[in-house]
Amino acid sequence: MSDDFYKEHIIDHYKNPRNFGQLEKADYSWKEFNSLCGDLISIQINTKKEDGNERVSEVKFLGSGCAISMASASLLTEKIRDMTLNEVGKIGKDNVLKLLGIDLSPARLKCALLSLDALKHALVEGKNGETDNN
Amino acid sequence: MIDELKIRQDFPIFKNLPDLVYLDSTATSLKPKQVINKMLEYYEQYSANIFRGIYKLSQKATDEYELVRQKVTEFINGNSSSEVVFVRNCTEAINLVAYAWGENNLKVNDEIWSTEMEHHSNLIPWQNLAKKKNLNLQFLQFNRINGELELEKLATLTDKTKLLAITHVSNVLGTINPIKHIVQQVKEKNPQCLVLVDGAQAVPHLKVDVKDLGADFYTFSAHKMLGPTGVGILWAKQEILDSMPPFLFGGEMIKEVQLNESTYTDIPHRFEAGTPDIGGVIGLGAAIDYLNNINMEEVRVHEIKITDYALRQLEHLANVTIYGPKEAEKRGGVIAFNVDGIHAHDLAQVLDKDNVCIRSGHHCAMPLHTALGITASARASFYIYNTLEDVDKLVEGIKKAQKIFINL
Repeated sequence: MSDDFYKEHIIDHYKNPRNFGQLEKADYSWKEFNSLCGDLISIQINTKKEDGNERVSEVKFLGSGCAISMASASLLTEKIRDMTLNEVGKIGKDNVLKLLGIDLSPARLKCALLSLDALKHALVEGKNGETDNN
Repeated sequence: MIDELKIRQDFPIFKNLPDLVYLDSTATSLKPKQVINKMLEYYEQYSANIFRGIYKLSQKATDEYELVRQKVTEFINGNSSSEVVFVRNCTEAINLVAYAWGENNLKVNDEIWSTEMEHHSNLIPWQNLAKKKNLNLQFLQFNRINGELELEKLATLTDKTKLLAITHVSNVLGTINPIKHIVQQVKEKNPQCLVLVDGAQAVPHLKVDVKDLGADFYTFSAHKMLGPTGVGILWAKQEILDSMPPFLFGGEMIKEVQLNESTYTDIPHRFEAGTPDIGGVIGLGAAIDYLNNINMEEVRVHEIKITDYALRQLEHLANVTIYGPKEAEKRGGVIAFNVDGIHAHDLAQVLDKDNVCIRSGHHCAMPLHTALGITASARASFYIYNTLEDVDKLVEGIKKAQKIFINL
């Protein structure tokens, strides 16, 4: 872990976020706010069935926020592609921090975990747009 | 003229953290040793409860506590110390009015007016009351360019308008609202409409005269004016305060208690149920002494000097947007801004590495940010202990962040 916050890969993911955009139709979706700063991330996921497992086939996110929240969303959406939902469910705080490769204060931790929160909510509560959250 | 270097010697935090560049006094001010020592004196020499004992210590504590009520009254030029209620913070002062006055005086379809530039503390209590009692909320907008309130709408105020809840100084834009003029306009249209002024960002920085302003309620916090956290002040016109039932019930606020019924004591103690923050109130007294010693006019002159310098330095930077009035004379010592391509949180983080403390986010004013079409801003604010060098360090830090984020 580095105390140098804005390492090259974070700035890169912030300026050129991967999977940034919107799906026409999503199996799962969710919008999550960071009440501390008003930042917002919405995430959309499509899945496919393979060998009896449901896997992430497509994922997109939209949002506005700081470098940490945007970079972590970009990194996280890269990571979960092709993962089973079971595997995605096991992703925790430490995995996200490892992706970022930096230490964070509690206040910034919220920024880093905003996309993970959105992702978890999407898979648990955001199926097929049944809820009004998007 | 304020000698800020001399003033800084009164603030122990600068001895402990010599490199500190504190630019977040709008959130809470630093505390001088005079305030800290005065509170220590209470805890070490007469830390008894008030209004309880016959013994000397309790009497001493009571006297010191009540003396501060007098100091507050004089500081804001109130009529009588019975108009001054001590609560926990400015938010609680506003809630007290919403509960004790609002619940009992407003009915279905009455209107509460406020503004787009309020801190959440002067918005949510009214939203909640409006929901409960089916009231209508109306808002004055502010000019997106110069940050000033658009007052034309006041001409449409009606007999149904029962309250205008308005901030004296915006905690984001810095705009100093023309409260006296606004109160006159309101009272001309509807003398029954009361005006509550959130003075959290005004009392620490300007000479406030509640009689001259003509408002009915005026609220502020001790911790933003060199005092401790845990103490807020509600000032209200005597006849209005006197007509209000208690907000919190229990010890200290009663006259006679029977098992099934009680009578309540007079103002202001009717609104101070339970043991208050005695040490905190006594500390506030020392903060008022400190500010009086400097003189509030001098405080204002110093803040204009720093704010004017900061505005000019920030204007010179490329890709920086400043919100609110462009002239230092029209604003308090607070500047909210954004740097293109850098989120406020990231800017604050880069600055923090060099011990420059600024605020980032929505500063408890989300509707204001929505009106500006942004979700967050960076905010630097100034007080008596800030120097022009502090502003230079802020500017250096912004340039550093631009190097990291833009020129990579």
